[in-house]
Amino acid sequence: MNVLVFADNNQGKVAKSAFEASSYGAKIAAENGGTASIVTYGKLDDSEMEELASYGISNITVGTGITDMDPQRLSRLCQAVSETNNAELIIFSHDYSGKSIAPIVSGRMKAGLVSGAIEYPVLADGFTIRKAVFSGKAFANVKITSPTKVISLLPNSVGKTKTPASANITEVTDSFGSPSVQVKDFVVEGGDGINLTEAELVVSAGRGLKDPSNWGMIEELASELGAATACSRPVADIGWRPHHEHVGQTGIAIRPNLYIAAGISGAIQHLAGVNGSKVIVVINTDPEAPFFKAADYGIVGDAFVVIPKLIEAVRQLKLSEA
Amino acid sequence: MDILVCISKAPDTTSKISFTDNNTAFSNDGVQFIVNPYDEWYSLVRALELKEAQGGKVTILSVGGADYEPIMRKALAIGADEAVRVDSETNDSSQVAGEIAHYITSNPFDLILCGKETIDYNGSNVGGIIAGILDIPFISNASKLDVSGSTISAQRDKQGGIEILEASCPSVVSCAKGMAEQRIPNMRGIMAARSKPLTVVAASGAGTLTEVASFDLPPAKGGVKLIDPENAGELINLLHTEAKVI
Ligand SMILES: Cc1cc2nc3c(=O)[nH]c(=O)nc-3n(C[C@H](O)[C@H](O)[C@H](O)COP(=O)(O)OP(=O)(O)OC[C@H]3O[C@@H](n4cnc5c(N)ncnc54)[C@H](O)[C@@H]3O)c2cc1C
Ligand SMILES: Nc1ncnc2c1ncn2[C@@H]1O[C@H](COP(=O)(O)O)[C@@H](O)[C@H]1O
Repeated sequence: MNVLVFADNNQGKVAKSAFEASSYGAKIAAENGGTASIVTYGKLDDSEMEELASYGISNITVGTGITDMDPQRLSRLCQAVSETNNAELIIFSHDYSGKSIAPIVSGRMKAGLVSGAIEYPVLADGFTIRKAVFSGKAFANVKITSPTKVISLLPNSVGKTKTPASANITEVTDSFGSPSVQVKDFVVEGGDGINLTEAELVVSAGRGLKDPSNWGMIEELASELGAATACSRPVADIGWRPHHEHVGQTGIAIRPNLYIAAGISGAIQHLAGVNGSKVIVVINTDPEAPFFKAADYGIVGDAFVVIPKLIEAVRQLKLSEA
Repeated sequence: MDILVCISKAPDTTSKISFTDNNTAFSNDGVQFIVNPYDEWYSLVRALELKEAQGGKVTILSVGGADYEPIMRKALAIGADEAVRVDSETNDSSQVAGEIAHYITSNPFDLILCGKETIDYNGSNVGGIIAGILDIPFISNASKLDVSGSTISAQRDKQGGIEILEASCPSVVSCAKGMAEQRIPNMRGIMAARSKPLTVVAASGAGTLTEVASFDLPPAKGGVKLIDPENAGELINLLHTEAKVI
């Protein structure tokens, strides 16, 4: 089975989730007697191409005629490259790029789509993909019945392994029609921290922190751990934190290895965004807070006392490891 | 401006999830169905605001059986002008999108709004598939939306900031939080909804490309390990040596 992976990039830098998708695609191709290729656009740094190839990729096609994340034109590029490469499976990351382009490719090519895959497909009886449904309260195993298949992989689901390969690089200069959606501007908000959807470690806080000026310790703990920061919905709604940090049913869903929640009660709508995390730590003054039921580790205590102790302990751990 | 708002139904967030038929079907037993929140709070209300400011008509469309009609009446009570139900099963997103695209082909609209996802299967699929079939622009996860003449401008919250996007009518836009404020239907709206047109049209026979093989529930959590707040630093050691996540 030949596999094509779409790799999004931001001014030449490949999204981290695209490396995971490449490794995922390469493994599926290798186990099913095919090759894995990448399709991307704009202009990629050479080092980024090498890194992409190192996950077991044999071809990289760059659509140099497209510079913006324009979903319709990119879907035409994906279709053209998948036809050239005889790809039966097209893989996206389930982030903004995948959510924009994968369904268009599916509609255009009549290729069945499963979004938010969390495991490798099972090919024993058809082609079945596992995903979370009902906001993480259940899982579905979904079979794609069409000859060409599209999946989007939820970031942080399968990890990545290197399989050194050297990739052929092809450029396609076609611009694939006139622009459909144009990016007019990007307004930077909240600095350039670690990308939340891709983060392996996340430190999050809620209304229990009482005031936006108290987030210093949360940012400090995150920075010591190399973690991204997140928040509950009310905190974003009242403007204490930027909207893109809000996790949950109405915000984004994440699947980090570690999710530390301080001063968050653990309402069902909040859990919907984080219950796929591998390890959950809850810090809350109220022993009855519902979040403790979903937690692996818990501290019943005041975040203002506990968080500084955690920062100190991370520093000690780093010293002892150094 | 003619706006189409695609409305799906979903189990209330607090519903207990269970399955029947050997774990191949969702059990409706005791489940309260609601208008999918993104459709109700964001796309429908923003469509009404655009109509109130610029004139035009808001049509809601659902693909589904007669069991969709209560939630469609609610959308009419909130203020939509008329409703269309494509009488069809809803087995996957390709089928639903195929039916919607087929309807739009013979009944064109300036703007087609969807929610960012349904809260049952969490697909985020239908809007983009419609755009793929019709070959028209698709803006996903918009948190703000404006239309001026035939130019659509939208915003999207992304890591690190806000993207400002532009497209032309007709386009499909999927709507996320930020776009509008929820409206509660009032008595007058509820009365008026009873006599607003709800047309049922036959399905075109769009096919499915996926099927659910089985569902399962996550294993129960093992229970929380509590750490003494006096000795909070111990948590970091456990995360390092026991959970091995840092
Ligand atoms: C349809 C719908 C969708 C929603 N979507 C989302 C969503 O996507 N994401 C989301 O987060 N919410 C969402 N909500 C809101 C959700 O129901 C909760 O209201 C919200 O998550 C509560 O936020 P919180 O835990 O920060 O605040 P609170 O519920 O106020 O909890 C604060 C917690 O902090 C604790 N605390 C207080 N002081 C301290 C201290 N010094 N140290 C430690 N702990 C302390 C308290 O014991 C309490 O448990 C949604 C609600 C609805 C109805
Ligand atoms: N049966 C349906 N009828 C009409 N619109 C639907 C239906 N299912 C999904 N949609 C629309 O598509 C959006 C995304 O759904 P999904 O792809 O299922 O996550 C929803 O928010 C609705 O706007």
